[in-house]
Amino acid sequence: MLSLPPVQKLLRPKSVVGSDVAKEVTSPVLATEAGPPTCYSALRADELRPLAAPKDEGAASTGQPPRHDDLKEMLDSNKDSLKLEAMKRIVAMIAWGKNASDLFPAVVKNVACKNIEVKKLVYVYLVRYAEEQQDLALLSISTFQRGLKDPNQLIRASALRVLSSIRVPIIVPIMMLAIKEAASDMSPYVRKTAAHAIPKLYSLDSDQKDQLIEVIEKLLADKTTLVAGSVVMAFEEVCPERIDLIHKNYRKLCNLLIDVEEWGQVVIINMLTRYARTQFLSPNQNESLLEESAEKAFYGSEEEDTKDAKAEAASLAKRKPYVMDPDHRLLLRNTKPLLQSRNAAVVMAVAQLYFHLAPKAEVGVIAKALVRLLRSHSEVQYVVLQNVATMSIKRRGMFEPYLKSFYIRSTDPTQIKILKLEVLTNLANETNISTILREFQTYIRSMDKDFVAATIQAIGRCATNIGKVRDTCLNGLVQLLSNRDELVVAESVVVIKKLLQMQPAQHSEIIKHMAKLTDNIQVPMARASILWLIGEYCEHVPKIAPDVLRKMAKSFTNEEDIVKLQVINLAAKLYLTNSKQSKLLTQYVLNLAKYDQNYDIRDRARFIRQLIVPTEKSGALNKYAKKLFLAQKPAPILESSFKDRDHFQLGSLSHLLNAKAVGYQELPDWPDEAPDPSVRNVEVPEWTKCTSREKRKDKVEKPFYSDSEGESGPTESADSEPESDSEESGSSSSSGTSSSSSEEEDEEEEEGGSEEQSEDKEGEEEEEEKRKKKKEKGGPRKASPRSVGSEEEEEAEGKKVKKAAGPQGKKGHAETSSEEASASESSSSGSDSGTEAPTVVEAKRRKVIPSSKAGPKEISLLDLDDFTPPPPQPVPSSSIISTSLVTDLEGLTLTDTSLAPALLSPAFGAVRTYELLHRMAGEGLSVEYCFSRRPFPGDPHMVAVQIQISNNTDAEVKSLRVSEPKLLAGMRIQEFPEIESLAPGDTASVVMGIDFCDSTQAANFQLCTHTRHFYVSIQPPVGELMAPVFMSENEFRKEQGKLTGMSEITEKLTLPEKCRSDHAIVQQVTSAANVGRVPCGADNEYRFAAKTVTSGSLVLITLEWREGAAAQLTVNSEKMVIGTMLVKDIIQALAQ
Amino acid sequence: MKMIHSLFLINCSGDIFLEKHWKSVVSQSVCDYFFEAQEKAIDVENVPPVISTPHHYLISIYRDKIFFVSVIQTEVPPLFVIEFLHRVADTFQDYFGECSETAIKDNVVIVYELLEEMLDNGFPLATESNILKELIKPPTILRSVVNSITGSSNVGDTLPTGQLSNIPWRRAGVKYTNNEAYFDVIEEIDAIIDKSGSTVFAEIQGVIDSCIKLSGMPDLSLSFMNPRLLDDVSFHPCIRFKRWESERVLSFIPPDGNFRLISYRVSSQNLVAIPVYVKHLISFKENSSSGRFDVTIGPKQNMGKTVEGVVMTVHMPKAVLNMNLTATQGSYTFDPVTKVLAWDVGKITPQKLPNLKGIVNLQSGAPKPEENPSLNIQFKIQQLAISGLKVNRLDMYGEKYKPFKGVKYITKAGKFQVRT
Repeated sequence: MLSLPPVQKLLRPKSVVGSDVAKEVTSPVLATEAGPPTCYSALRADELRPLAAPKDEGAASTGQPPRHDDLKEMLDSNKDSLKLEAMKRIVAMIAWGKNASDLFPAVVKNVACKNIEVKKLVYVYLVRYAEEQQDLALLSISTFQRGLKDPNQLIRASALRVLSSIRVPIIVPIMMLAIKEAASDMSPYVRKTAAHAIPKLYSLDSDQKDQLIEVIEKLLADKTTLVAGSVVMAFEEVCPERIDLIHKNYRKLCNLLIDVEEWGQVVIINMLTRYARTQFLSPNQNESLLEESAEKAFYGSEEEDTKDAKAEAASLAKRKPYVMDPDHRLLLRNTKPLLQSRNAAVVMAVAQLYFHLAPKAEVGVIAKALVRLLRSHSEVQYVVLQNVATMSIKRRGMFEPYLKSFYIRSTDPTQIKILKLEVLTNLANETNISTILREFQTYIRSMDKDFVAATIQAIGRCATNIGKVRDTCLNGLVQLLSNRDELVVAESVVVIKKLLQMQPAQHSEIIKHMAKLTDNIQVPMARASILWLIGEYCEHVPKIAPDVLRKMAKSFTNEEDIVKLQVINLAAKLYLTNSKQSKLLTQYVLNLAKYDQNYDIRDRARFIRQLIVPTEKSGALNKYAKKLFLAQKPAPILESSFKDRDHFQLGSLSHLLNAKAVGYQELPDWPDEAPDPSVRNVEVPEWTKCTSREKRKDKVEKPFYSDSEGESGPTESADSEPESDSEESGSSSSSGTSSSSSEEEDEEEEEGGSEEQSEDKEGEEEEEEKRKKKKEKGGPRKASPRSVGSEEEEEAEGKKVKKAAGPQGKKGHAETSSEEASASESSSSGSDSGTEAPTVVEAKRRKVIPSSKAGPKEISLLDLDDFTPPPPQPVPSSSIISTSLVTDLEGLTLTDTSLAPALLSPAFGAVRTYELLHRMAGEGLSVEYCFSRRPFPGDPHMVAVQIQISNNTDAEVKSLRVSEPKLLAGMRIQEFPEIESLAPGDTASVVMGIDFCDSTQAANFQLCTHTRHFYVSIQPPVGELMAPVFMSENEFRKEQGKLTGMSEITEKLTLPEKCRSDHAIVQQVTSAANVGRVPCGADNEYRFAAKTVTSGSLVLITLEWREGAAAQLTVNSEKMVIGTMLVKDIIQALAQ
Repeated sequence: MKMIHSLFLINCSGDIFLEKHWKSVVSQSVCDYFFEAQEKAIDVENVPPVISTPHHYLISIYRDKIFFVSVIQTEVPPLFVIEFLHRVADTFQDYFGECSETAIKDNVVIVYELLEEMLDNGFPLATESNILKELIKPPTILRSVVNSITGSSNVGDTLPTGQLSNIPWRRAGVKYTNNEAYFDVIEEIDAIIDKSGSTVFAEIQGVIDSCIKLSGMPDLSLSFMNPRLLDDVSFHPCIRFKRWESERVLSFIPPDGNFRLISYRVSSQNLVAIPVYVKHLISFKENSSSGRFDVTIGPKQNMGKTVEGVVMTVHMPKAVLNMNLTATQGSYTFDPVTKVLAWDVGKITPQKLPNLKGIVNLQSGAPKPEENPSLNIQFKIQQLAISGLKVNRLDMYGEKYKPFKGVKYITKAGKFQVRT
């Protein structure tokens, strides 16, 4: 009741007396606070009538206490149909929030009614009003007590459910008894209901805690999935601190998890996250100690969620002193499939578990699932994006591949847009910043001004974090200063101020520019920022500063307080640096301020006067005034509001609100030393021993099977189980096999993969092993239907089949099936009907291109791939309007003429992919490459080639790498890091760098897998050998003047109709070559500039468009070969 | 966890038209905080889903013009509540054919019974539609006639056994005379096309919706010609995860009736074929109160199928007063209040491309709009899954009869936006 706002307090007594009267009062009061007032009350009275007509009339006519006479009569009748009708009306009243408590005696009589629906509705009523009418409620108890003894489990369960929902303290002992009894009921459903009843009783009477904990302990030991979720919920509610109760049930909970209903899964996963944090060691603790972090990062960047990657990571971990507790591994492994759940809450729960518990290298698997949730309802998006924002600060690499999924649509709600922006900013780094900035350019023009303001701040953050683009961003923001929207300008000013603070010396131009803005900008914050800037850097703008002060002194009285303070500030600083010009002005301003209405301003004026104006009284401080005012101020750090939010458990309400919510359980820090892991053991050591012996026998029969046993050896030793010695010896004997078999065939690798799965399952898993062995002797079985524990069974079965059938059987089967698939595909591609599936068509198209010697001619045909220019049609587009459109759009670009040449990659548009290895030639391995047009991170002289390798075979491909490059003199290759393994059906994307020495000679090399070598070659189109540079028109002219004569190639061409618009031309040229556009005064002239990647020689392109279709293309470059080829390529691109 | 304490249903004009409490009663006045936030947000979409008040937390969703506002007292994963509320809305949709204020008011008793079964003490109890339908029969015209005569009710008269089984999503004793299983493979293209026509971002999201009317306990397995296309899949709980992991086969005992079997994303590595292109010319003249609007939509790469059901919606800038356009095909409407232009194109025939052009009237004196509006395109292509996904076969075990099997493919535009 404490929560009631005053309004409600006033209303409350009335609402108890007569709800209808109260309602009439409520509506207008509520309406004044929220919602449209008139229609609110009108609608309400109107639509109420059909629902509770009789009662309303009664209330209206008399308003006397015996209002529900008709209902009471109906309830007292013998006819079930009348009772039902009455109960329905009463429930409708409850649903409306009307008071029906005076009917209690009449209703409670019907609790024993035979009709199920009447009974149910009576229950609904009881649960709602029992608390208010405790004495009368007791009348119903005996009915429920009888129900608790019913032979039918469903009746027992429902009796307990209602009984426990009646919040009447007197019946606490009865409830306690009922719960205890139900907890040992035969039926799991009744036991589940008992678990549900526990928190109800606890909230009614917390003194029962000890007894309830006993019941919880008992129910935790339950082995059915039905109970598991509910009892953990009760545990969390009643005794979350009793983590010791979980020990013995930990493994069972992990194993049951996948079959628990979805809501229970969420609760269990959250609880286990906390449990794991107290019981296991941090998997990332050794990262800094050992210098394997580089290798680790490689695994992390791969983000392969295959078991094999995990196997690698696990085996890698083995070599370190840190050994992951097998129970820890069990949890990670058993929760991972739930990332595929349709329930967003489950996915989020697993994601936070991985984020908080998994080794760094494995956390990546959650990214994909989280990105998937972004397709869901906007509320889900909102919550997920908040969590992604926090995660992306800690683990940026995880979400980088999904960058584009965070791009913003104009239809997104503003709150979603701002969160996406946050994520994009967090993900920005040197390599992707140009793409992100290009996106931001689109956002800045949005109609949604809040979003524009957020974008400007995001640009500011990118600029502070990434030094490379600081100037670009700054210039872009300066251009925004001439924007028409004042809010945009103001936001830019504030951000520019922060940016300038980092390097003021170079930017006096900008400061001057901003000084001019004081005449126009009215937003106080922006004015204040400008004044502060001028004051702070008045030495850089010695002429302007006093003039600004003069203007401000004039308008001082009309300014906002925050501006006034900065005017005083500016005056003080000027007085100290340039007292000759500003002494009088300062005096004037200080005098004005002295009589200001705001005491802050008066105080400030007085204080500053004492400080700066030397008088006889003013003492020592005066000497230091300069030091005080003109001290170096540290630049502000623009950082994400999501920084350090991860100290709240992700996915929690507290995390979302960034404040501790009531009942939030802190996520404990990892312990320094692992608590005794044996507390989780539930088995008697006897049979463990015998299985270990059997296992050893197993080892002799199946050498690679033993491999995994060896792996699990040391981990089990951590369990300090009695047989650890023998295990240790097993591991040493198997280590030889594992190393020698590293280059074995795929089949074995698969085996290894599934082995890894079972590797750290132990305890009851070992029982599985035993069963498995038994099954090996039996013939193959059909798939067993899903049941409790089916998971292990299926897994075991998979192994068994493989072993029984042997490699050849399995392989044979796989081959035939793949043959079938390829046959069907080739037949379909053979028929030329246009109704093929898109992939087939795609494949066909790729086949057309010769794999190795694809000359530029063929390649340019591929332009159609993603962007088919529409067929020519009679759209009368007058060139005047189209150019004005383009200039409009271009006006806001972040880069402009005033910029010093800076590298920026305008890789927009379709990126053409080329085939490196066809899947037929590659025996199922298909490799494609494209020029990503991003700077290659390692070496600026290299062209970055993005390579996509997909494994279409049925087997895993291991150790993919580049070897034996055959290159011409001077050319260099930076190979991509070796891909340890690529699971069937998976695709990996890697980047390699090639220094082509500014020639179009192909780079030949071999692509090796563990079994095969393929000779491949990459030949760059000439347009990819350069990177765009930005320069001004004057610079362009100057450079062009130097490159005449031999270095100039001119060609005439005719523009086809569809290429006669500005953007088509720009698009075609930039798609043919990686060049940047240079602004140009003339309407019919287009200029582009680039530098070759290796030698950095300038390449300048000019396209002059004359009347009609005629045009002239000029390329200036000292690399004549490149120039000639480029001319050809561009003409080709424009003519197609 | 006292997860959900109370639930209020609120319509767009701010009336609380239903309330349900699972524990002690929380006064309606708690919703004032919600109304406050709603007012601040201006737009319904921007009401924050989680609101913190001095003594409660409000978690809300907005579905079909209804706010579902739940009252929470303690820490709880917000997604848990949000997901549950959506499940409630889905259930209403399933029961009444629509999740509207009228439907809820007309069926207030059933709604109350459903809420009673779905949550126990604020913790979800029965959320599977198959179980709920066993407990509470959905209203049908026939049943309401019968009920009014016989006085019987819509509460199930047999005790529900579904809750007790290991297959909690399927009701027992299903019987059909015609045994049928239908699968709809529905793919949606999400894309952002930039003003030059190149694809900034494109992705295919698909779902398989099933309608399964099979007697007994059928055990189905559905296989694909090209399962590797599926990059990221989320499953209905009935699917056996291990079978998918090892064999890429969907093996499951289906729920009875309609349900979503899987939803998937086609790996972003595959190039997405964009089936339409848009040629646009939208410009606003400086210092004049008019602008030009000229948009043409055409088909491309559509595998010989017709692109139909094409609708373009554009949120025009605020300064736009009216639009005088002519459409060569279909009809257009412009709502001067919401500034939404909708053009219902219909089918695209490549011979004559649909075009909409004309004059935009701007508020005189207002500055020229900064941004050109984005075009949101909807379309449909029947009998085509744009990713190329193909169902190979459906096998049934566990029952003897021969079911009728059907697969339908359809491609639609998802969030398909063209920037101009």
